Amino acid sequence: MSFAWAKQYEPKSAFTKWVDEKLPVPRLVYNAVGAGYPVPRNLNYMWNFGVLAGFCLVLQIVTGVVLAMHYAANTEVAFGTVEHIMRNVNYGWMMRYAHANGASFFFIVIYLHIFRGLFYSSYKAPREMIWLLGVVIFLLLMATAFMGYVLPWGQMSFWGAKVITGLFGAIPFIGEPLQIWLVGGYAPDNAALNRFFSLHFLLPFVTAGVVILHIWALHIPGSSNPTGVEVKKESDTVPFHPYYTAKDGFGLGIFLILFTFMVFFLPNTLGHPDNYVEANPLSTPALIVPEWYFYPFYAILRAFTGDLTIPFTGIVLIEAKLLGVIAMFGSILVWFFLPWLDKSPVRSGHYRPLFNKFFWLGLMPCMGALFYLGGAKPEEPYIVLSQIFTAYYFLHFLVILPIISQIEVPKPLPFSITEAVLGSDDKPGSSTGGGTHPKPKDAVKDLPGRDPDGSLQPAE
Amino acid sequence: MASTGASDTATTAQADRAHGDDTQDGVRRRDWIHIAALSTAGVGAASVLFPLVSQMAPSADVLAASTTDVDISALQPGQSVKAEFRKQPLFVTRLTDATMAEASEIDVSSLRDPQSFEDRTQETDRSVLVQLGVCTHLGCVPLGAAEGENKGEFNGYFCPCHGSHYDAIGRIRKGPAPTNLAVPDFEFVSESVIRVG
Repeated sequence: MSFAWAKQYEPKSAFTKWVDEKLPVPRLVYNAVGAGYPVPRNLNYMWNFGVLAGFCLVLQIVTGVVLAMHYAANTEVAFGTVEHIMRNVNYGWMMRYAHANGASFFFIVIYLHIFRGLFYSSYKAPREMIWLLGVVIFLLLMATAFMGYVLPWGQMSFWGAKVITGLFGAIPFIGEPLQIWLVGGYAPDNAALNRFFSLHFLLPFVTAGVVILHIWALHIPGSSNPTGVEVKKESDTVPFHPYYTAKDGFGLGIFLILFTFMVFFLPNTLGHPDNYVEANPLSTPALIVPEWYFYPFYAILRAFTGDLTIPFTGIVLIEAKLLGVIAMFGSILVWFFLPWLDKSPVRSGHYRPLFNKFFWLGLMPCMGALFYLGGAKPEEPYIVLSQIFTAYYFLHFLVILPIISQIEVPKPLPFSITEAVLGSDDKPGSSTGGGTHPKPKDAVKDLPGRDPDGSLQPAE
Repeated sequence: MASTGASDTATTAQADRAHGDDTQDGVRRRDWIHIAALSTAGVGAASVLFPLVSQMAPSADVLAASTTDVDISALQPGQSVKAEFRKQPLFVTRLTDATMAEASEIDVSSLRDPQSFEDRTQETDRSVLVQLGVCTHLGCVPLGAAEGENKGEFNGYFCPCHGSHYDAIGRIRKGPAPTNLAVPDFEFVSESVIRVG
C-alpha cells in the first residue's frame, strides 16, 4: 500500500523480528498510523476528525462494556439499574455520563468529518469506496445511538422507540406486520428492550470492522488534502508519525478538554429531562424529539404533511407518512450517489468559486435550519420552513451539485502540494521519490484518479 | 529520523538536529517535550484507569448489606444455625462443654493451620462459634452443621466436594483444604444477638 517512498518497517530486536515473521502486526500498525504511512504535508485541522472519531468509538465501547456489567435489559428493572449505576456503582455516574455525552461528541466529530468530506470532495475518485464505507458507518452509528437511547427505559426512550419503529409501519402492505415483528409485540416492551440491548452491544463491533475497511480503503490512494491536488512526489508528504500523531494528539487534547467539561459540569445539558421519568406506555410526553444529533433528519421526516396525489382526481399515490420516511432515509442514502453526482474534476472547495457559494450560502444554512427545526414544536411556521429547507437539501445534491460541476470554471490549481505550501516547487532533487516527473500538462488538468504520472503506487 | 528521505525531509531533519544541538547537559529540548507529553498522557491514562478498575469493586448497595445480625438466644448447646453473610453461608454454633474441652486438649502445633480454641472464639462467650460455611479448598459448603449430616472423621465438618475433614471447631485435619474454616469478625450486640461483619 501507499507510496513507493514509504519507509519500511525494520524490526530491531530479535523478539520483534520473530513477531514480524509470525504475525506482522507491528508492521501493520507502522504502515497504517506510523512512520510508514506518508501523508500530504498540508493537512489542516479538519483532518483531525477521523482519528477523533476512532477515539470516540473506543471510548464508547470501553464505557459501554462497563455499563453493560451493571445494567439489566428487563423492563421491570432497566430504569432502576441505570439509577443503580448512577448511585451505587463506583464511578458509575462517570461511566454513564461519559457514555451519554460520548455519543453526542461522537456525532459532533462525525458531522465535522462528513463536513470535511463534503467541502473538500473527499468522496471523489479514487476515494469513492472510503466515502461509501463512511456512509455505512454513519448509518450504523445512527442505529446504535437510537437503540442505546432506548435502554434506560425512560419516557423518551419508550416513546422514541415507539415513534421510530412506527416508521416501518408506513411501508405499504408489509409495514404493519414488519413493525410488529421488529418490536416483538404491539408496542415496545421486554422483547424490544432485550433485542435493542443485544444489537446495541453488537453493532459497535460491526462498526469497528467497517472502520477497519474504511482505513484500509484510505491507505490505498492515501489521504486527500486541502488543495485536492494528488500527491506527486516525496516532498509532498511527511510520515504520519511523528508529524500527524503529534497534530492529532493536540486535537485530541482539545477534544478531551471540551468533552470532560461537558461530562463533569454539564452532563445532562444535551439530554432530555423526560428520560429521568420511567417509561409509561399510557402517557406521552408533551414534546417528543430525538437526541439533538437526529434533529435534521427528524425535521425532514416531519416536513411531509400532505399525501402525494394525482392532481384533481384525489387518488392518493403515496401517503404523507410514507413520504416522510422515504425522504428521511433518502436524505442519507443520497450521499451514496455523491461521488457520481458531483462530476467536477476539482476536489477542494477552495478552487471552486460557484460550489463554494452554494456550499456556504446554501447547504450549510440549510443544514443549520434543519437542525433547529428538528427540535422545534411541530407547528407553524416551523412546518413550512421544514418543507422549504427539505426541498433545498435535496435540490442541492440532486440538481445544483451536478449542474455547477458542469458549468463552473475552477480557479487554477497549484502545480503540487509542495508548491502550494512553499510557493515554489523547483528545488533540485525534490522529486527523487517514486514515480517519474509529472508533465506540467497533467498538473494543470489534474484529473482525479487518472494521474498518468504513476506517482500513485497501489497496493504492494 | 529521515535517513533515506529526499532533500526536503532531510533538510527538516537537519534543522531538527541543529535545533537539537541546543543542548544542556546532553539533554535535547525535544527529549524534554517527549517526556512532558508522555508523562501527561500517562497521568491521564492512569486517572482514567482508576475508575475503570474501581467500578468492578462491590457497589454501595452491596457494601451496605455487608453486616448480618443473628439471634442466638434459642440456640441450645450442640446446635447450629445457618445464616447468610455477604451472600455466603454462615454457621453459628453453640458448643457443648465436652466439645470445648476436647478442642482445647489438642496439641495446636500438630495442626495444619495452627489455631487454638481461644483463637477461634471470643472471650465474651466461649461457647459461641461463628464461621463461614465455605470450604477453604474450593468454596463448597461443608456438611456437618445440620442434624444427620456427615460430620467427617473428626466429628466436625466434612466437605463432600473433595473430601476435606474439619474438626468440631472447624479446623482442617485431613484433606486438600489449606486453612481452617474462616472466622469472620463479629461482636455481641447483646447477650442473645451477634452482629457479623
